Amino acid sequence: MDFILQNILNALQWGSFYALIALGYTLVYGVLRLINFAHGDIFMVGAYIAYAIAWFLLGPAFDLSPLMTFAIAIPLTMALTACVGVTLERIAYRPLRRKGAHRLYVVITALMCGLILEYSNLAVLGASRLKFPELVEKTIWHIGGVTITNLKVIVIFAAIAVYVFLNFIVTKTKIGMAMRGISYDKFAIPLMGIPIDAIIVFTFILGSSFAGLAGLLFAMSYPILEPFMGMIIGWKAFIAAVVGGIGDIRGAFYGGFLLGFIEVGVVTIFPSTYRDLFAFSILLIILWVKPTGLFGMPQSTKI
Amino acid sequence: MKGFLKSVGLLSLVLVCSAFILAGCGEDKAQTIKVGFNLPLTGDIPEVGEGSKNAAEMYLKDINDAGGLEVGGVKYPLEFIYMDNESKAESATNVTLKLIDQEDVIAMIGPNSSKQAVPAGGTANENRTPMISPWSTNPNTTLDRPWVFRAAFLDPFQGPVVADFAAKKFGAKTAAVLFDVSNDYAKGLAEIFKSSWEAKGLGPVVAFESHGTKDQDFSAQLTTIIAANPDFIFVPDNYNQVALIVQQAKDLGYTGPFMGSDAWGTPDLVKLCGDACNGNYFSTHYAAAGAKGATKVFIDRYEAAYGAIPADYAALTWDSIGIMIQAIKNYNKFDADPVEMRKGIREGLAAIKSYDGITGSSKFDAQGDPIKCAVVVKISDQGEFVFEESVCP
Repeated sequence: MDFILQNILNALQWGSFYALIALGYTLVYGVLRLINFAHGDIFMVGAYIAYAIAWFLLGPAFDLSPLMTFAIAIPLTMALTACVGVTLERIAYRPLRRKGAHRLYVVITALMCGLILEYSNLAVLGASRLKFPELVEKTIWHIGGVTITNLKVIVIFAAIAVYVFLNFIVTKTKIGMAMRGISYDKFAIPLMGIPIDAIIVFTFILGSSFAGLAGLLFAMSYPILEPFMGMIIGWKAFIAAVVGGIGDIRGAFYGGFLLGFIEVGVVTIFPSTYRDLFAFSILLIILWVKPTGLFGMPQSTKI
Repeated sequence: MKGFLKSVGLLSLVLVCSAFILAGCGEDKAQTIKVGFNLPLTGDIPEVGEGSKNAAEMYLKDINDAGGLEVGGVKYPLEFIYMDNESKAESATNVTLKLIDQEDVIAMIGPNSSKQAVPAGGTANENRTPMISPWSTNPNTTLDRPWVFRAAFLDPFQGPVVADFAAKKFGAKTAAVLFDVSNDYAKGLAEIFKSSWEAKGLGPVVAFESHGTKDQDFSAQLTTIIAANPDFIFVPDNYNQVALIVQQAKDLGYTGPFMGSDAWGTPDLVKLCGDACNGNYFSTHYAAAGAKGATKVFIDRYEAAYGAIPADYAALTWDSIGIMIQAIKNYNKFDADPVEMRKGIREGLAAIKSYDGITGSSKFDAQGDPIKCAVVVKISDQGEFVFEESVCP
């Protein structure tokens, strides 16, 4: 029993990261119908930004306590990562959109942007791994036979909070309504006097800042940074978003956790070599039964 | 405008092509002895490539400052060509082919890790080029490959060393293993360890769990391991994975000891792992602390040049170059044709029966494998690798 509970906690933590990253994919897709393949690498950049901030604030110039650094690092990492996301949109996606390029070209551009982020990081910082400093003093709680750290609780809580927040923005606010509007008909929306570029920038700010948050939390949970850390987790989060129904906030959230549970569950029972085989077979069956994903609707209003 | 661009494009294409052709034939064949290095300068274990390259640069400077290597009464300068295998198996074979076909090297040193050395050894053997792997411990690297040699001991020796040490030091009855299943080195050593532990008859290997190279979360495997309640966990993984595994195991409430293998022995392990790895043990090729004689001289020179204590792969690279030079001296002839030279060096290598290097003295068996001692090292509370004991075959 303890064994199962422990693995559920493991899966919740791992799924939280998929969910946080998948939310960013789904937001951008929902508004722009663009699969932002650079998103996993924005997550990586977020982790490195968090590292730079932590290094700077813990360093002799400021000499803050780790907890204080953590408190400042959250908004700062989110803001700076959002800047990276918006910059990408500005220099890569918007010019193409202006020229009326087919979506396919924009997706390829996104892939290239991701690779550029990875390799510019490799070129600047080199291949050596970085060790993320410990910001929150780790406390290990033993509840019955189950072990949980405070960090795990923070991660799981953050994923749920972000989901609730995004759900609120998209469904209850005016700007959310504009986002849904663009997704519905991006030609009619400007005629209604809605600044389409501003809404798209806002979408990128939301998606990228939460990728930054995910990067910070990931770096704290798995404190070794390398330039390619965002690649595989990004792809998998994208698949999670598709299975959940891409363009749907709920879909990304549940899809992320679903993938986390499947992965941990398979490894618990079978050798680890079967993990991706089983995980993706299960996801394939879900898509086979429901091609639009768990929460996806056939076309029309998404997000 | 369009026509102009087109002609400019065409012209530059022609220029680039002719540059390739000229590069192939233009330069006069310089009278140097070219040795290729197949190193992981980027990828999972960049630290290993860096250390090997540093040691090689030191050796190269020594030889060339003395006017070169004396072969058949004439001194020829050495030339080392470093290529990055990205610590990937497929890149390692590509680099091997590149070094052999394009650079015309007369021998290759590296790759370091068995994951790359096993496939690259096959390529070098098929292309009849002598290769010495400094760090690879998997038996398959040199098995039935007359052109492939190595400077490190083998896993069938290392596995029992680890098992014996753990049984004695921890009084362990049960063991658990967590290893990277897509790494030839980790997988091979994990299996050898398992069979040698079970052969001791103290108790079973209660958990034998695997993971992938790019994995970052090991909580599912560790939960299974901890539930089986082993006396210690053996992790024959690369240092970057070890740092994550040890920390996650602590987070899941594991308080027992870890035992590692020679892939742990890099300065980066302590940097990445922090305090979590302190107090654990691993088997390795040499211990820098308390070294004497030529080993001490090497360590001091390396530290003066690069500001860090050389890890085992740096020392083994040094020895590999030494063995290679010995082989060239045995052949004692310079051929302009690399194919002839390679043949001669292979014979020179096969003729070496024993070698006294800075990682200890070794005898070579029929497979070209050295028989030498291993050491077990403890990671002290200050994060230093402290000599614990030496085990000889």
